[in-house]
Amino acid sequence: MRLAAIATAAGAFSGLFGVGGGTIIVPLLVLWLGYGHREATGTSLAAIAVIGALAAAAHALYGNVDLWNGLLIAAPAIAGVLAGTALQQRISERAVAAAFVVLLLASAAVLVL
Amino acid sequence: MDLVGLLALGFAAGMAGGLLGVGGGVLFVPALVVFAHESQLEAVATSLVAITLVAAVGAWRQAGYGNLRVRDGVLIGVVSPLGVLAGVVLANAVPERALELSFAAVQLGFAWQLAGNAGLR
Repeated sequence: MRLAAIATAAGAFSGLFGVGGGTIIVPLLVLWLGYGHREATGTSLAAIAVIGALAAAAHALYGNVDLWNGLLIAAPAIAGVLAGTALQQRISERAVAAAFVVLLLASAAVLVL
Repeated sequence: MDLVGLLALGFAAGMAGGLLGVGGGVLFVPALVVFAHESQLEAVATSLVAITLVAAVGAWRQAGYGNLRVRDGVLIGVVSPLGVLAGVVLANAVPERALELSFAAVQLGFAWQLAGNAGLR
Protein backbone atom coordinates (compact mmCIF):
# COMPACT_ATOMS: atom_id res chain seq x y z
CA MET A 1 0.00 0.00 0.00
CA ARG A 2 2.72 2.44 0.96
CA LEU A 3 4.68 1.45 -2.16
CA ALA A 4 1.62 2.26 -4.28
CA ALA A 5 1.31 5.64 -2.55
CA ILE A 6 4.99 6.38 -3.19
CA ALA A 7 4.53 5.38 -6.83
CA THR A 8 1.49 7.63 -7.26
CA ALA A 9 3.22 10.61 -5.64
CA ALA A 10 6.36 10.12 -7.75
CA GLY A 11 4.30 9.80 -10.93
CA ALA A 12 2.21 12.86 -10.07
CA PHE A 13 5.25 15.07 -9.57
CA SER A 14 6.77 13.76 -12.82
CA GLY A 15 3.53 14.63 -14.62
CA LEU A 16 3.50 18.09 -13.02
CA PHE A 17 7.10 19.17 -13.38
CA GLY A 18 8.47 16.92 -16.10
CA VAL A 19 11.36 15.64 -14.01
CA GLY A 20 11.63 12.17 -12.51
CA GLY A 21 10.37 11.21 -9.11
CA GLY A 22 13.75 10.58 -7.48
CA THR A 23 13.38 13.46 -5.03
CA ILE A 24 10.07 11.93 -3.90
CA ILE A 25 10.94 8.21 -3.99
CA VAL A 26 14.17 8.35 -1.97
CA PRO A 27 12.80 10.37 1.02
CA LEU A 28 9.60 8.30 1.22
CA LEU A 29 11.48 4.99 1.14
CA VAL A 30 13.66 6.24 4.01
CA LEU A 31 10.94 7.93 6.09
CA TRP A 32 8.03 5.51 5.56
CA LEU A 33 9.68 2.16 4.97
CA GLY A 34 12.84 2.53 7.03
CA TYR A 35 15.23 2.04 4.10
CA GLY A 36 18.91 2.92 4.51
CA HIS A 37 20.01 5.75 2.23
CA ARG A 38 22.08 3.51 -0.05
CA GLU A 39 19.21 1.04 -0.41
CA ALA A 40 16.76 3.87 -1.07
CA THR A 41 18.88 5.33 -3.87
CA GLY A 42 19.48 1.89 -5.45
CA THR A 43 15.79 0.98 -5.36
CA SER A 44 14.82 4.45 -6.62
CA LEU A 45 17.05 3.91 -9.68
CA ALA A 46 15.24 0.65 -10.50
CA ALA A 47 11.89 2.45 -10.30
CA ILE A 48 13.17 5.31 -12.46
CA ALA A 49 14.44 2.85 -15.10
CA VAL A 50 10.90 1.47 -15.44
CA ILE A 51 9.24 4.93 -15.35
CA GLY A 52 11.78 6.34 -17.84
CA ALA A 53 11.34 3.46 -20.30
CA LEU A 54 7.53 3.83 -20.26
CA ALA A 55 7.71 7.61 -20.67
CA ALA A 56 10.38 7.43 -23.39
CA ALA A 57 8.22 4.97 -25.35
CA ALA A 58 5.20 7.30 -25.07
CA HIS A 59 7.24 10.33 -26.24
CA ALA A 60 8.75 8.25 -29.08
CA LEU A 61 5.22 7.55 -30.41
CA TYR A 62 4.85 11.31 -30.89
CA GLY A 63 8.25 11.49 -32.61
CA ASN A 64 9.82 13.83 -30.06
CA VAL A 65 12.78 11.62 -29.12
CA ASP A 66 16.14 12.35 -30.77
CA LEU A 67 17.71 8.93 -30.22
CA TRP A 68 21.17 10.00 -31.40
CA ASN A 69 21.35 12.96 -28.99
CA GLY A 70 19.95 10.75 -26.24
CA LEU A 71 22.69 8.17 -26.71
CA LEU A 72 25.33 10.89 -27.09
CA ILE A 73 24.54 12.40 -23.69
CA ALA A 74 23.92 8.97 -22.12
CA ALA A 75 27.48 7.78 -22.89
CA PRO A 76 29.28 10.14 -20.45
CA ALA A 77 26.34 9.80 -18.06
CA ILE A 78 26.85 6.03 -17.85
CA ALA A 79 30.51 6.65 -16.97
CA GLY A 80 29.22 9.14 -14.37
CA VAL A 81 26.76 6.73 -12.79
CA LEU A 82 29.43 4.01 -12.51
CA ALA A 83 31.68 6.53 -10.73
CA GLY A 84 28.80 7.85 -8.60
CA THR A 85 27.63 4.44 -7.37
CA ALA A 86 31.24 3.39 -6.64
CA LEU A 87 31.90 6.63 -4.73
CA GLN A 88 28.67 6.18 -2.75
CA GLN A 89 29.94 2.86 -1.33
CA ARG A 90 33.02 4.64 0.06
CA ILE A 91 31.24 7.40 1.98
CA SER A 92 29.05 7.05 5.10
CA GLU A 93 25.24 6.75 5.01
CA ARG A 94 25.23 10.07 6.85
CA ALA A 95 27.18 11.73 4.05
CA VAL A 96 24.76 10.30 1.45
CA ALA A 97 21.87 11.69 3.52
CA ALA A 98 23.56 15.09 3.80
CA ALA A 99 24.15 15.25 0.02
CA PHE A 100 20.51 14.38 -0.55
CA VAL A 101 19.35 17.13 1.82
CA VAL A 102 21.45 19.61 -0.19
CA LEU A 103 19.83 18.36 -3.42
CA LEU A 104 16.34 18.88 -1.93
CA LEU A 105 17.19 22.41 -0.77
CA ALA A 106 18.62 23.31 -4.18
CA SER A 107 15.61 21.85 -5.98
CA ALA A 108 13.17 23.74 -3.74
CA ALA A 109 15.11 26.97 -4.33
CA VAL A 110 14.95 26.50 -8.12
CA LEU A 111 11.17 25.97 -7.92
CA VAL A 112 10.60 29.10 -5.85
CA LEU A 113 12.89 31.40 -7.89
CA MET B 1 26.23 21.56 -31.16
CA ASP B 2 28.58 22.07 -28.24
CA LEU B 3 29.94 18.57 -27.71
CA VAL B 4 32.14 19.40 -24.72
CA GLY B 5 29.24 20.97 -22.81
CA LEU B 6 27.00 18.01 -23.60
CA LEU B 7 29.59 15.47 -22.44
CA ALA B 8 30.45 17.41 -19.26
CA LEU B 9 26.86 17.89 -18.11
CA GLY B 10 26.05 14.29 -19.10
CA PHE B 11 28.83 13.04 -16.82
CA ALA B 12 27.67 15.30 -13.98
CA ALA B 13 24.08 14.08 -14.36
CA GLY B 14 25.20 10.44 -14.23
CA MET B 15 27.36 11.12 -11.19
CA ALA B 16 24.43 12.76 -9.36
CA GLY B 17 22.22 9.86 -10.38
CA GLY B 18 24.57 7.24 -8.98
CA LEU B 19 25.25 9.13 -5.78
CA LEU B 20 21.69 10.30 -5.02
CA GLY B 21 19.33 7.87 -6.76
CA VAL B 22 17.79 10.43 -9.11
CA GLY B 23 17.46 10.21 -12.89
CA GLY B 24 19.47 13.32 -13.73
CA GLY B 25 16.74 14.97 -15.81
CA VAL B 26 17.37 18.22 -13.94
CA LEU B 27 20.74 18.43 -15.76
CA PHE B 28 19.98 16.50 -18.97
CA VAL B 29 17.09 18.73 -20.04
CA PRO B 30 18.90 22.11 -19.87
CA ALA B 31 22.03 20.50 -21.41
CA LEU B 32 20.02 19.35 -24.44
CA VAL B 33 18.30 22.75 -24.77
CA VAL B 34 21.50 24.81 -24.49
CA PHE B 35 24.12 22.58 -26.13
CA ALA B 36 22.08 20.54 -28.67
CA HIS B 37 19.53 23.31 -29.44
CA GLU B 38 16.50 21.10 -28.80
CA SER B 39 13.10 22.58 -27.86
CA GLN B 40 11.98 22.09 -24.24
CA LEU B 41 9.56 19.31 -25.29
CA GLU B 42 12.17 17.50 -27.42
CA ALA B 43 14.73 17.84 -24.61
CA VAL B 44 12.35 16.28 -22.06
CA ALA B 45 11.60 13.42 -24.48
CA THR B 46 15.26 12.88 -25.44
CA SER B 47 16.46 13.10 -21.83
CA LEU B 48 14.27 10.07 -21.01
CA VAL B 49 16.53 7.88 -23.18
CA ALA B 50 19.54 8.92 -21.09
CA ILE B 51 17.60 8.74 -17.79
CA THR B 52 16.45 5.17 -18.55
CA LEU B 53 19.97 3.98 -19.43
CA VAL B 54 21.59 5.71 -16.45
CA ALA B 55 18.96 4.40 -14.01
CA ALA B 56 19.21 0.85 -15.41
CA VAL B 57 23.03 0.78 -15.17
CA GLY B 58 22.92 2.42 -11.72
CA ALA B 59 20.33 -0.08 -10.43
CA TRP B 60 22.44 -2.94 -11.80
CA ARG B 61 25.55 -1.68 -9.99
CA GLN B 62 23.59 -1.10 -6.76
CA ALA B 63 22.28 -4.68 -7.00
CA GLY B 64 25.90 -5.80 -7.07
CA TYR B 65 26.60 -3.75 -3.94
CA GLY B 66 23.56 -5.28 -2.21
CA ASN B 67 21.57 -2.02 -2.18
CA LEU B 68 18.60 -2.92 -4.38
CA ARG B 69 15.16 -4.27 -3.44
CA VAL B 70 14.08 -5.24 -6.94
CA ARG B 71 10.47 -6.07 -6.16
CA ASP B 72 9.77 -2.71 -4.47
CA GLY B 73 11.54 -0.75 -7.20
CA VAL B 74 9.72 -2.42 -10.08
CA LEU B 75 6.37 -2.10 -8.29
CA ILE B 76 6.89 1.66 -7.82
CA GLY B 77 7.84 1.96 -11.49
CA VAL B 78 4.86 0.02 -12.80
CA VAL B 79 2.25 1.81 -10.62
CA SER B 80 3.61 5.35 -11.16
CA PRO B 81 1.81 6.04 -14.50
CA LEU B 82 -1.42 6.30 -12.46
CA GLY B 83 0.19 9.17 -10.60
CA VAL B 84 1.27 10.79 -13.87
CA LEU B 85 -2.41 10.94 -14.90
CA ALA B 86 -3.32 12.49 -11.55
CA GLY B 87 -0.49 15.02 -11.97
CA VAL B 88 -1.63 16.06 -15.45
CA VAL B 89 -5.21 16.57 -14.21
CA LEU B 90 -3.90 18.60 -11.25
CA ALA B 91 -1.61 20.67 -13.49
CA ASN B 92 -4.64 21.79 -15.50
CA ALA B 93 -6.78 22.55 -12.43
CA VAL B 94 -4.38 24.43 -10.16
CA PRO B 95 -2.31 27.58 -10.96
CA GLU B 96 1.30 26.71 -11.84
CA ARG B 97 2.79 29.03 -9.20
CA ALA B 98 0.74 27.36 -6.45
CA LEU B 99 1.99 23.93 -7.60
CA GLU B 100 5.62 25.08 -7.66
CA LEU B 101 5.37 26.55 -4.17
CA SER B 102 3.66 23.43 -2.76
CA PHE B 103 6.25 21.10 -4.30
CA ALA B 104 9.03 23.30 -2.90
CA ALA B 105 7.35 23.12 0.54
CA VAL B 106 7.15 19.30 0.28
CA GLN B 107 10.85 19.14 -0.56
CA LEU B 108 11.78 21.43 2.35
CA GLY B 109 9.71 19.20 4.64
CA PHE B 110 11.55 16.12 3.38
CA ALA B 111 14.92 17.86 3.81
CA TRP B 112 14.04 18.72 7.44
CA GLN B 113 12.87 15.17 8.25
CA LEU B 114 15.77 13.43 6.49
CA ALA B 115 18.24 15.69 8.31
CA GLY B 116 16.62 14.70 11.61
CA ASN B 117 16.54 11.04 10.61
CA ALA B 118 20.28 11.01 9.84
CA GLY B 119 21.18 12.95 12.99
CA LEU B 120 22.27 16.01 11.01
CA ARG B 121 20.31 18.48 13.12
